[in-house]
Amino acid sequence: MQASTDLSIEGKQTAAPALAVAARGVSLTFETSDGQVEALSGIDLQVKAGDFVSFIGPSGCGKTTLLRVIADLEQPTAGTVLVNGVRPEEARLKRHYGYIFQAPALYPWRTIERNVMLPLEIMGFSPDERRARAERYLKLVNLGGFERKFPWQLSGGMQQRASIARALSFDPALLLMDEPFGALDEIVRDHLNEQLLRLWNQTGKTVVFVTHSIPEAVFLSTRIVVMSPRPGRIIDVIPCDFPRDRTLEIRETPEFLKIAQRVRMGLRSGHSYDE
Amino acid sequence: MTSSALEIDPEHTASSRKPRSIWHHPWIADRAPVVVVVAALIVVWYVAAIAMNMSLVRDAFEREETVYTVSDLIEGTLNAERPLVAAPHQVVSQFVDSVFDYPPDSPRSLVYHGFVTLSATVVGFLLGTAFGIILAVLIVHMRTLEKSLLPWIICSQMVPILAVAPIIIVVLGALGLRGLLPKSIISAYLCFFPVAIGMVKGLTSPDPIQRDLMRTWSATRAQVFWKLRCPSSVPFLFASLKVAVTISLIGAIVGELPTGAQAGIGARLLAGSYYGQTLQIWAALFAAALMAAVLVGIVGFAERWTLRRMGARP
Repeated sequence: MQASTDLSIEGKQTAAPALAVAARGVSLTFETSDGQVEALSGIDLQVKAGDFVSFIGPSGCGKTTLLRVIADLEQPTAGTVLVNGVRPEEARLKRHYGYIFQAPALYPWRTIERNVMLPLEIMGFSPDERRARAERYLKLVNLGGFERKFPWQLSGGMQQRASIARALSFDPALLLMDEPFGALDEIVRDHLNEQLLRLWNQTGKTVVFVTHSIPEAVFLSTRIVVMSPRPGRIIDVIPCDFPRDRTLEIRETPEFLKIAQRVRMGLRSGHSYDE
Repeated sequence: MTSSALEIDPEHTASSRKPRSIWHHPWIADRAPVVVVVAALIVVWYVAAIAMNMSLVRDAFEREETVYTVSDLIEGTLNAERPLVAAPHQVVSQFVDSVFDYPPDSPRSLVYHGFVTLSATVVGFLLGTAFGIILAVLIVHMRTLEKSLLPWIICSQMVPILAVAPIIIVVLGALGLRGLLPKSIISAYLCFFPVAIGMVKGLTSPDPIQRDLMRTWSATRAQVFWKLRCPSSVPFLFASLKVAVTISLIGAIVGELPTGAQAGIGARLLAGSYYGQTLQIWAALFAAALMAAVLVGIVGFAERWTLRRMGARP
């Protein structure tokens, strides 16, 4: 199921460049005041460059933690992770990825344009380049004309689009998205899902996407990683081979329902409801 | 309006609004509560002045063995030369006299004394604010400093300033520092505290997500400070500054007391109490209150201006 046969990550640099993320035996145990919490246990995972991979699982199954390990926001207690063939810290320092959080987290004192330009300022782009990129990526997420607005003047969906533009602005090869549409209503979410697919198709980026919505996962992904809680483990990796330019209509097709059913079965097997 | 079920309450539609009474005019509705409270305070003040000065005036009449009526008595209580409680109109006229009747460089002019206190206040406020911000930045960036410095900072504020002020004046005087600076230092000693506490809170106020974002961009410590911590702390800074500016005025006035009352609002208060000049004390208090109001007003204006430029909701 997990196509790990052709993989050889014994040393540190031997990962094939075509792998955006390669995790092997990753475990993470948090020390909390009431003992140890095993957040991740023995995670083996490969994400091919250009793929759209979703992590799905109930709350507390460690999917966000896994994403944070990839982003070097958490350190695994065991195992190795390679991002674009290098350690997560190096990938972070080289700005290989853009991270999109659950909340838009725009800085309220900056206009939308200046929010998008913030990472570019930090990375030392020239002022002209910053402005040009902000304009380009705001257009890409359909926010042209909102450059001078402050975040509170935009709806939640528009704010999240601005945060996507911000993550795209420095052109990372990998997008890490942590339930980016979780706080939005379903109508806005459908719309943004379509936009995100179009974006992914246009830019050819690798996307790692955390969600707890089955239809969202099946609609967006090329592969779905089903996780179970306590400790967070991968219980199934489901290929999802719809064409890249899929539309919302595929959600009515039998194939779609079959994959959704398999995801649901996976979630059920991994989660004991008696707890 | 067609169907009754859909009819909108005419009270709430703009077109059919009735001409409202004068009391609902926004200009009056905004100010009426303030005016009423002030008027009530003045009434209470007058009643208190009459009651408190009554025995004083009655004794004076009886000592001179003159015949007096109730209205004589009341008139006396409101115009006593050295009343226990000065009546509002006496305070106002004393205030107006000492502001306008003397040239601003005369030692009898409140403008002169006010300016002396104001310059010590402003210098002290600027010193204290700078010191408070520097302390906060150090505390936020060095966790050990929080444990080692914070208790001292808090202790510094538990010592009564009236006890510390003479020591500071004497020590600085021995070092050859007189006049404005010692007073400013006492003022700064009081006002750095709210700024330091407010700025520690402000500089640590960014969300975990906002800090994580900076980390994903591999921002340096300096970048996190200037682009995230500083802007986040601005609302906290202004809240602290409003407290600090009034405290620094109090510090400047207290600093004027041990110097032998040469000049300043504090000197006026001290001289007034030496010579039983109640009206002079009241007028000086009035001047201090006015200065405090103006200073807070200026900080408030700066706050609104800055926060509007930082995209605050109107």
